[in-house]
Amino acid sequence: MSPAELLVVDDLSVTYALPRGRQLIAVANVSFTVHKGETLGLVGESGCGKSTISRAIMQLPPPTGGAVVFEGRNLAHLDTAALRRARTRLHMIFQDPISSLNPHRKVRDIVAEPLAIAGMGDAEDRKRRVRAALENVGLDPDQVMDRRPHEFSGGQCQRIAIARALVTEPQLVICDEPVSALDVSVRAQILNFLEDMKAHYHLTLLFISHDLAVVKNISDRVAVMYLGRLCELAPSARLYEAPLHPYTAALMAAIPVMDPDRCRSPSHLLAGELPSPMNPPSGCRFRTRCPRATPHCAAHEPEWRETEAGHFVACHFPLVAPQGATISPARQP
Amino acid sequence: MMDAGLPLLEVTDLATHFHTQRGLLRAVDGVSFSVRRGQTLGIVGESGSGKSALARTIIRILSKRHTTTTGRITFEGRDLLTVSEPDMRDIRGRDIAMVFQDPTSSLNPVKQVGVQIEEVLARHLGLRGRAAQTRAIELLTSVGMPLPQERLHQYPHQLSGGMRQRVAIAIALACEPKLLIADEPTTALDVTIQAQILDLLHRRQKAHHMAMILISHDLGVVAGYTDTVAVMYAGQIVEQASTRSLFRNCRMPYTAALMRSAPNLSDPPHTRLRAITGRPPDMVLPPPGCRFEPRCDDATDICRNRRPALSASDADGTHRYACWHPVASPGASA
Ligand SMILES: Nc1ncnc2c1ncn2[C@@H]1O[C@H](COP(=O)(O)OP(=O)(O)OP(=O)(O)O)[C@@H](O)[C@H]1O
Ligand SMILES: Nc1ncnc2c1ncn2[C@@H]1O[C@H](COP(=O)(O)OP(=O)(O)O)[C@@H](O)[C@H]1O
Ligand code: SF4
Ligand code: SF4
Ligand SMILES: [Mg+2]
Ligand SMILES: [Mg+2]
Repeated sequence: MSPAELLVVDDLSVTYALPRGRQLIAVANVSFTVHKGETLGLVGESGCGKSTISRAIMQLPPPTGGAVVFEGRNLAHLDTAALRRARTRLHMIFQDPISSLNPHRKVRDIVAEPLAIAGMGDAEDRKRRVRAALENVGLDPDQVMDRRPHEFSGGQCQRIAIARALVTEPQLVICDEPVSALDVSVRAQILNFLEDMKAHYHLTLLFISHDLAVVKNISDRVAVMYLGRLCELAPSARLYEAPLHPYTAALMAAIPVMDPDRCRSPSHLLAGELPSPMNPPSGCRFRTRCPRATPHCAAHEPEWRETEAGHFVACHFPLVAPQGATISPARQP
Repeated sequence: MMDAGLPLLEVTDLATHFHTQRGLLRAVDGVSFSVRRGQTLGIVGESGSGKSALARTIIRILSKRHTTTTGRITFEGRDLLTVSEPDMRDIRGRDIAMVFQDPTSSLNPVKQVGVQIEEVLARHLGLRGRAAQTRAIELLTSVGMPLPQERLHQYPHQLSGGMRQRVAIAIALACEPKLLIADEPTTALDVTIQAQILDLLHRRQKAHHMAMILISHDLGVVAGYTDTVAVMYAGQIVEQASTRSLFRNCRMPYTAALMRSAPNLSDPPHTRLRAITGRPPDMVLPPPGCRFEPRCDDATDICRNRRPALSASDADGTHRYACWHPVASPGASA
């Protein structure tokens, strides 16, 4: 493992046990690396397993298969104390800013909690760190410390959650849909702000979202997921210029754009519903909705392969980019 | 069309104020617009701007005890604010139908899908038995429901979010309403399903010459599926225009700021977003002048003190904005 590889997710699988002995394979054989200082975006529709991956990385609960290697150590092999220490360097921000904060506690205690759990610093030192973290997220410590979450807007709660994630000065922050519950104007504030925090704290981010435009804006590289598996991973600009996986192209075509003259032909629409993860299609999981599917796709699962430096795809018939693209992103007229 | 000249729905100076512990909350505060048959009006605005309150006022589903509504809502020549409750019950569902953001709230969790559709058909059209069942299957087919026949006997929780919304739309369209109000119909859905549902609504609307009010916080959704747009901010309409004119030629700084603040797929990664500072005002104590003034880069003293009225930007008066210092119009001819 090179020093640039801060987090390595290797062949990760997560299976949930359901009533009556049934099993749900929420994440299957997912591998990716997060390099120090980068933002890796992870996109996909709801239920595809994004949150399951982020929880598995945090070991909440640990994955049922594969390894999570953070700063060179397999997190599954750490004892409780070592894991607790690792968690001060690896933090998570959740989607719902309001319900992810304990409603009964004051902001000062919410933000200080990671320090308390990790046993970092004495009372004075903690207080100083909490104030600094709140100031850094643009909140006035004197005004907010003694208030409770319900007294704040969604955007402010997300800032508090970010202050809490940053108070131990972690290396890696996993942001699980951090702006999905926010309005466009507040969303832009928080996205800019995450970029500032990243520079200020020299952070590495794993940024999860179902919104491709948001992910493109913040990420250096982007991974696309469908029904528990990775479809494609590429540098952000490259992925949007020349998607190889039909699902990536379809996701892009479905994004509403602010152009009343854009032709809206139903041929861009991806047909069908997401299949149930309880009973995923054989072969390629996307084949039931894929315009390029052939019988081969039903019989064989496509391999994860690198088609050019840093561009990975799992598809038997990737789109030939850019000229012959059958499903080109809809932005082109 | 019979009365192509007259709007189907005309809302005049409508205000809906909620009585809250902190005082009167002006959720809708002097709103006027009209919708013609066969047309889609988009209403955009951030959370809390009053979009849902406006929709709920039009179909009169707000509790009378805690709200005061003033103004006029003329639908086919009748003022909906004064028709009797039984008459309103007939209008609701038959002439005006609504689709909500969260289909689980409008569907009954303990009734089979088929039963729920057939109830509406019986109530408003007198259809029962075989005829109702056949019609229910037709409706489910028309909204793109996979395996419609089998769905009749399923309960809402057995369906995906997208399928539940299809059922809600099938129920809303059951009586071929003249006006459909869709309040964020796709906000809870994934983008690929959102595209399917919006396309479906658009096609049904064209086929039946139905009028539609499409409420969304997403300017992209509104751009693609509406004829005219009203932008709401803090309970008021701050700009309204034909969809093309709004997106090509917006005049109100808030509309412009909203358009700029969304990340654009054609920008390279790490492009800094042009965020709007602050957040919308408290609607119990809105600013006395322009309600956007605390967040507006172009604000001056007059903005703080006097509320700008909606004024026309073009010769025929269809593009209107409320602002003392409008954004320069590139195609200024008026
Ligand atoms: N029943 C009610 N009683 C008191 N206040 C209410 C009630 N319903 C809505 N409000 C308030 O009225 C204002 C407008 O709310 P509304 O639900 O219409 O916003 P919206 O534009 O639909 O927002 P969103 O995009 O979040 O759906 C808000 O300040 C809201 O808190
Ligand atoms: N605790 C759980 N028990 C059983 N199934 C779960 C649990 N959490 C998630 N799932 C299922 O696992 C799949 C992936 O879920 P999730 O990771 O939350 O997706 P995403 O974050 O991409 O929306 C879904 O089918 C979901 O219903
Ligand atoms: S493997 Fe086949 S079904 Fe899967 S995405 Fe590629 S072409 Fe489509
Ligand atoms: S009236 Fe003044 S404060 Fe309001 S939008 Fe126009 S310039 Fe800005
Ligand atoms: Mg999730
Ligand atoms: Mg609403």
